[in-house]
Amino acid sequence: MRASHKVLLAGALVVGTVGFLMASGIKETGVYFLTPTELAARVSADPSFHDVGVKMGAKVVTGTIERDVGTQTIRFAVTDGQVTYPVVYRGLAPDTFTDDVEVVVEGRLQPDGTFRATTLLAKCGSRYEAVPEA
Amino acid sequence: MTILGQLALWLALLLSAWGAVVGYLGGRRGDPALIQSARRTTYALMGLLTVASLALVVALLKNDFNVTYVASYSSRNLPTAYKLSAFYGGQAGSLLFWAWVLTLFAAAAQWVTGRRYAYLLPYVAAVTSVVTLFFVSVTLFGANPFERLDFTPMDGRGLNPQLQNPGMVIHPPMLYLGYVSITIPFAFAVAALLSRRLDVGWLHAIRKWTLLSWVFLSVGITLGMWWAYVELGWGGYWAWDPVENASFLPWLTMTAFLHSVMIQEKRGMLKRWNVILVGFSFALSIFGTFITRSGIISSVHSFAQSPVGTFFAWFLLLGGVFMAWLTWSRWDLLQTEARLESALSREASFFFNNLLLVGMAFSVLWGTVFPMISELVRGTQVTVGPPFFNQVNIPIGLALLALTGIGPLIAWRKASPGHLRRQFLAPVGVALVVGAVLAARGMSDAYALLALVLAAFVTATIGLEFWRGVGARHRLHGEHYALAFARLVGRNRRRYGGYIVHLGIVTYFVGFTGAAFKTELEASLKPGESVTMQSPYGEALTFTHLGVSQYEALNRFVSAASVEIQRDGERIGILTSEKRQHVDSFGRASFEPSTEAAIKSDLREDLYVVYAGSVDGTEEAVYKFTINPLVMWVWLGGAILVLGGMVTMWPGGGPTDRAAQRALEGYRTQLAATETAAS
Repeated sequence: MRASHKVLLAGALVVGTVGFLMASGIKETGVYFLTPTELAARVSADPSFHDVGVKMGAKVVTGTIERDVGTQTIRFAVTDGQVTYPVVYRGLAPDTFTDDVEVVVEGRLQPDGTFRATTLLAKCGSRYEAVPEA
Repeated sequence: MTILGQLALWLALLLSAWGAVVGYLGGRRGDPALIQSARRTTYALMGLLTVASLALVVALLKNDFNVTYVASYSSRNLPTAYKLSAFYGGQAGSLLFWAWVLTLFAAAAQWVTGRRYAYLLPYVAAVTSVVTLFFVSVTLFGANPFERLDFTPMDGRGLNPQLQNPGMVIHPPMLYLGYVSITIPFAFAVAALLSRRLDVGWLHAIRKWTLLSWVFLSVGITLGMWWAYVELGWGGYWAWDPVENASFLPWLTMTAFLHSVMIQEKRGMLKRWNVILVGFSFALSIFGTFITRSGIISSVHSFAQSPVGTFFAWFLLLGGVFMAWLTWSRWDLLQTEARLESALSREASFFFNNLLLVGMAFSVLWGTVFPMISELVRGTQVTVGPPFFNQVNIPIGLALLALTGIGPLIAWRKASPGHLRRQFLAPVGVALVVGAVLAARGMSDAYALLALVLAAFVTATIGLEFWRGVGARHRLHGEHYALAFARLVGRNRRRYGGYIVHLGIVTYFVGFTGAAFKTELEASLKPGESVTMQSPYGEALTFTHLGVSQYEALNRFVSAASVEIQRDGERIGILTSEKRQHVDSFGRASFEPSTEAAIKSDLREDLYVVYAGSVDGTEEAVYKFTINPLVMWVWLGGAILVLGGMVTMWPGGGPTDRAAQRALEGYRTQLAATETAAS
């Protein structure tokens, strides 16, 4: 076998491995990113969707944030204007988490209709902009 | 002053269009008048953009809040250093900054490039003018920092507190310097293609530029990690966030390019590949600038959404089409001059290095844009996060680390088994001993163990290279060891500087392994209460809450919570983490409260304390404690890398006229030989 063939074969092996790692990585770690409306549609179409971990992007409903600092639990509601879900999150909220900001919660929708979040990101589209004057 | 800035931008717009035309024609016709004009245009653009930049800086320093940009990103009580950093803290200013830095680099490229590459310079001027034209247009029509409000606010809104950090003052400019400077190697590549002079000349001309932009990128990324670590308060430095990825992508392709040019210089191989790589590096630097600004991918680092995204998308598309056509039309001129002789050769190891780096870049790009792709293809967004990137990149990274040790020691053309045995016996021995010791001491994480074993292996190969070199000089010239070391490095800067850079990379990897042993604990503590954590080294770390104090500083109210730390019962210090509420000059709250983590670093570990808030206004505080082993090694790796880069780039290390002539002659002979062989 010629040297260049050997190297090309090994190269194909490398490319194949990288491709495999990527494909399996996406299959194993990919997470649906849904709006509350989409999540509601999915769950009503297929109740087993409750067991699938998802990310949900929505806005915090103003005035619904309840913090229990002792148990480090935060309860709030999120909405996309059509469907609203109550969310329970245990942990520290980011600095930017306040009324009406866009958040991304990752977790599972419980059968009782509560979204139990394991991560909470305050996705502030204008993070580097100043807060607009009220 | 903004009138002056505005005027300078308009003039720059016209002049950059002129520069593009005369640069191209000058290169094509070889007309000295046109060539002279292209060169002067480059200098004039630098002058104009400097004036525009100064105009904005003056507006910021003079608190001219009638200017929208100043009102949005500065305020009366902002410290002067941060007023200066507000220049690139916002969208419009950062684009102006990009353009300004580009004109500086473009002028420098015209200034320092040696005469023997003069045939490339008009084309280079044309390319840098086109890129300047693009950025000036975006600044004028997409995000203009000189726009005025129809009233003058009493005070500005101030700079985001997270940007008020010394790391943030230098991190974005460093990263921009990296991004922007890729334009120069790219411009030379285009110039070589346009001029159809595709010998090794353009590679010699950009040798230092390539390394310079690579070092800037590395420093920019590392400072970005440092900023995220000390400022964002989540206890880590890398989250595979889209903007982080965007800075990592051109770094990967530039790393590949740095290595693959050596094959072209030595063996005349991989010419097409090099042109494509530098093209992609430039595209990725524009893409990186683009996704931080377009808002198409959400990220903690990104600017607000804005119309400039469309400009970037078009620029990338048109540039891509042009590059594809240009490369295609010169395809035959880019023929390889040599064939691979053995699978065990330096060439082959570089080939694998490039394959892995580009594979890594592809996977990072894929993961970054996957939400968009899945939405287009399947109608639902599927996101991938750190688990995906870690799963794919850790194995590739380890393979690259191994090659870092293997590659430099394999001979060009064909390595003999006996030679390989001599080279690798000792380093493999060292690696095995380190592995055995670590395993015996209870290190169980497979990836971390492998990473440290490979790090030991690479360090040993580098050490051996220095040892042999110094020993040889000592024997041959009778030099003292220190002198032999200095001369060895001084006379082979590229080689030994490269080894030092490799050592820096190894140090990064050692730092990364610490992440496998990160330990976190959240606790709510009354004054006097304490919690104890088990450190990865098996020690007991006790954190005792001392209390919360409140005070007022220059532009903020501060609540500070302190803990005393004991290691195995011995007091090692007090850490104070702050919650800051920034205020404007009327005492009104601006921005949400921000958190200042308290960090105690040494080579073993970082203790990272975040005060998350108080319970109902009492002194009972909620804390998050993190033990982060080996983080300091990451910063140390950055320092070593810069040192190695400086050794390599130090003036005088480049090819002298004679050396270049020799290289060119060798190249001609070789070409003649191949032709004879072919006929």
